[in-house]
Amino acid sequence: MTLSESVRQTPLHAEHLALGARIVPFGGFDMPLQYASILKEHDAVRNRAGLFDLSHMGQFMLRGQGVAEWADRLTINNVATMKPYQARYNVFCNEQGGAHDDVIFYRLPDYWLLIVNAANAQKMWTHLQEHLPVSGVTLESRHGANALIAMQGPKSAEMLRGVVDPDISELKYYFCLEGTVYEKPAIVARTGYTGEDGFELFVDGADAPEIWKRLLEEKKSGGLEPAGLGARDVLRLEAGMPLYGHELTEEIGPLSAGLTWAVKLSKPEFIGRSALERQKAEDTYPRIAGLILEGRAPAREGYAVFDKDRPVGQVRSGSIAPSVGNKNIATALAEKDAATIGTTLQVEIRGTRNAAQVVAMPFYKRGST
Amino acid sequence: MAQPADLLYSREHEWVRIDSDTATIGITDYAQSSLGDIVYVELPKVGTQVAQFSNTGVIESVKAVSDLYTPLSGEVTEVNEALENDPALVNREPFAGGWLFKLQVKDSKQSENLLSPDSYEELIAEAQ
Repeated sequence: MTLSESVRQTPLHAEHLALGARIVPFGGFDMPLQYASILKEHDAVRNRAGLFDLSHMGQFMLRGQGVAEWADRLTINNVATMKPYQARYNVFCNEQGGAHDDVIFYRLPDYWLLIVNAANAQKMWTHLQEHLPVSGVTLESRHGANALIAMQGPKSAEMLRGVVDPDISELKYYFCLEGTVYEKPAIVARTGYTGEDGFELFVDGADAPEIWKRLLEEKKSGGLEPAGLGARDVLRLEAGMPLYGHELTEEIGPLSAGLTWAVKLSKPEFIGRSALERQKAEDTYPRIAGLILEGRAPAREGYAVFDKDRPVGQVRSGSIAPSVGNKNIATALAEKDAATIGTTLQVEIRGTRNAAQVVAMPFYKRGST
Repeated sequence: MAQPADLLYSREHEWVRIDSDTATIGITDYAQSSLGDIVYVELPKVGTQVAQFSNTGVIESVKAVSDLYTPLSGEVTEVNEALENDPALVNREPFAGGWLFKLQVKDSKQSENLLSPDSYEELIAEAQ
């Protein structure tokens, strides 16, 4: 099976148009970049709550007795040790130790839900099919059919009280439950990509518009605003979370991306294991460094990074950071020594070298402002 | 929205107000709205000679870097210092406090290459 190439709009597309969103192509879908303003939407998520349409992300259902053992041989983190209703971040690597995709597994009683990046959905579908065992695992794609609505921000739990059944106030971070949202069946997970408390609601595409509209209408007075991919990118960068295609690629693997904690070399075998083991032993791999720039010019993807006069790397993401004192922050892939915290590097912006301090990530932590 | 009637416009969405031999230059409301939240403005230095329609600076929003072009030739006599600390002024007041720089106009005939308010209005109507 090939995933449909014609799926271009999420079930919430008409809602985005009605809200006056600026639509951009992203991962094969027409997605809202922003509604009113990226900075206003960022502020809503940090201080109240924002509502995101993430229905472009690939949703695969994995069924069968063999899923955990099989998935453990394809990924760097542990799958089989996950408890029922637990969610866990993971990375599928290639044989060279680069990243094929970064994903979240959700363990449900009867199946596993695997969320992959939209731009990687076809690649991942092929990858999973190619590695499917003879028996014990079946795959189903719900990409484009299911919707994913995320509510992120400190007021999320309060806003979803009475909307989600059962009560989600005791739901632990990186766990999920099966229940309802406005009486429509849903998987509700306390996960997100913003650095704030928040929930992700996996619902049927047909139910999504009503849920989206009711939440925005009923929680508007509490400060809920629709938020687009522009705000999401600033939020995740401040929170030090990698974005596939930037901090993770087929060439930039999990060790370089600072995901050492997720690389379980204790697992006897998985794709990329020997390459990662070698990288770790040699310890010369380039690192994703967090940078805070001096001056007001933002760093952008591709800008060259220097240590004195020596080129040492390249910017992978950059943005103004409202939650980091309105400074310009960036990630750069840099040589190991240049990526040491406390080092002053230079980012070349239109021919001018701007000083940038290597800092520990995340740039922003919940409750720190 | 109608464009201010006392200004001339470029196809790159700059406006210019000509007051004897001084030109004040900014970007239009349509331009600021298309860019979104403006976070950085890089302007030419005072004393620089700039040629009509040449690249004279950069305007950056959260997501995008856009080149700025001067609608007229001349010598830069003043830049809007307020934008250094408050680039979003361009979003809030594109035709007033968010002006970008001033020129001593070199050749007033060059304004014939610019658009009237009505022509600019047609240009952005086509773009939408």
